[in-house]
Amino acid sequence: MAEASHGVGGLTYDKSKRSWPNELNIFIALIIIIVIFEILGQVLPYMNGQSFLFDTQDRFNSIFNEARLRIIILQVAIIGIISLGVTQVIISGGIDLSSGPLVGAAAMIVMSFAQTELVNGNPNPKAVFGDWAFDLPVIIPVIVGLCFGAFIGAINGSLIAFTRIPPFIATLGMFLICRGIAQWWTKGQPVSFPTESFAWLGSGMMPVVWFILLAVLCHIALRYTVYGKHTYAIGSNEDAARMSGINVKRHKVLVYMIASMLAAFAAIILSSKNLTAQTGMGQFYELFAIAMAVIGGVSLTGGRGSIIGTVLGAMVFGAIQSGFTYIKLDAFYQLMAMGTIIISAVVLDQWRQQRAASAA
Amino acid sequence: MSDIILETRDLTKHYGGVHALEGADFILKQGEHVAIMGDNGAGKSTFVRQITGVEQRTRGEVIFDGKPVNFAGPLDAREAGIEAVFQTLALADHLDVPDNLFLGREKTKFNWLGPFRFLDYKAMRQDTIDALQKTGVKIPNINNTIERMSGGQRQCVAIARTASFRSKLTIMDEPTAALGVQETAQVENIVRTLKEQGEPLILISHNMRQVFDLVDRIIVFRRGRIVANLNKEETDGQDVVAYITGAKTGAEYEGAA
Repeated sequence: MAEASHGVGGLTYDKSKRSWPNELNIFIALIIIIVIFEILGQVLPYMNGQSFLFDTQDRFNSIFNEARLRIIILQVAIIGIISLGVTQVIISGGIDLSSGPLVGAAAMIVMSFAQTELVNGNPNPKAVFGDWAFDLPVIIPVIVGLCFGAFIGAINGSLIAFTRIPPFIATLGMFLICRGIAQWWTKGQPVSFPTESFAWLGSGMMPVVWFILLAVLCHIALRYTVYGKHTYAIGSNEDAARMSGINVKRHKVLVYMIASMLAAFAAIILSSKNLTAQTGMGQFYELFAIAMAVIGGVSLTGGRGSIIGTVLGAMVFGAIQSGFTYIKLDAFYQLMAMGTIIISAVVLDQWRQQRAASAA
Repeated sequence: MSDIILETRDLTKHYGGVHALEGADFILKQGEHVAIMGDNGAGKSTFVRQITGVEQRTRGEVIFDGKPVNFAGPLDAREAGIEAVFQTLALADHLDVPDNLFLGREKTKFNWLGPFRFLDYKAMRQDTIDALQKTGVKIPNINNTIERMSGGQRQCVAIARTASFRSKLTIMDEPTAALGVQETAQVENIVRTLKEQGEPLILISHNMRQVFDLVDRIIVFRRGRIVANLNKEETDGQDVVAYITGAKTGAEYEGAA
């Protein structure tokens, strides 16, 4: 790229006025949060000088407290996968409330196709189907899960695109339907004992690997492809997008399908990690996923946000959660504080945008 | 094919009892630039709205590119090749200039990827700079998003977008009404570019100097009717004002208003 200015008509462009990328703000916020917890760890009397981030026990030869880092990343990875899809939906000007229950329903269905026949030499006590469904190759439950996600997403997208009901209502309805499916599938019974190859999908740090892999793919899709450009355009000005010849309806269906497939994939990883599927799985996940995106600078009015922001938002989310546990804050305070932080993130972002708009 | 790109016959629009447009017969030839003038409420914008399908006409015919047309909406009209710049701009605020210019017709690589084909940012940026430079549009940073631009800059981008679409007919409804001197000059440059490319244009304007600078022919509307069809060479500003105010009426339109 030419190093000259990006201006035309003889106007030069003052590079010092370039707008500060929003992602950098979130990264700074992440560091500030870690520093705050680090200081709290030193200050609070009951903490005995433990460090939040650094290794203080001299048992391991490492600078950082790797166990904590690992937990932070691991606990956000699965909801993070959902938030990758939610990010795309919100950028397109929509919202998806159905992802949490979809995780529950998809986990139940996927697990039924991933069961093993013999558990410690005894027949599988949680068997859903007959003999034919035991010890299937791992690809089968994965495909079933993704197809289920695509199906739910296609319904969400079609309802929103063709009947023009608000995304909030359409996905709220799907929220209840998916919870219902999860309970109906086995009449409330958990589904357990997967094959070894299925259990490998979510074992150890695999959720993080999937999260990073999918984040890279989604980032490329949003930033460098026609799909991404049209997603931003629809969220920014739907009429303009339609007038430009973009097939807005078809594109919306595609966006919701991708989001639901990502949620279904999160269900596969989650059930594999837990080695079981239960009807209540994924509770609040849709809200946490939206929160990660919003903390990451995705604008609920559409058209603005990025995958990098959402990944950083997920890290902030994980750091806060882990930090609260580290300073031994009770779970109910954690929820209250989390809510406060989400609201402040949106208020701060709006304030920043208003300032940017008035400066232009 | 004939060299007539657009013809209207007896084009009429009534809003209830209000006869906003009455029996407009109008012909636009290939490559011709025509201005529509008239007082407020004379029927200029109504006339354009019937052509672009924003509203449905009460009566009459629109023949575009040799075929009678019946646009259900502006999108139909755009698909048929009529580009209209309205005062409400059709730009995506969160995207930058090249993105907006190429929205819906992006330059791409790896087309076998379907909806996930890659954008050719480099080519689009270069084409944008070329297109804007040709028309003299001044924008400090084309990588800036539209929301960070002034009203004039937005208008320039919207019009540059229209001009670069290579449409069969361009319609501009008061494109410079809200613009400063410099920005107006830039928009006029774009109009001249269209003329060089031989693309026909209908320009609604109140600006007499602009009209005499840019177009070949002037149509005057008064109280919903066409009252004059003047070649630029055979008229002057005073003459046009006389038609607009009703002091004069064109010979062939006697008794019309």
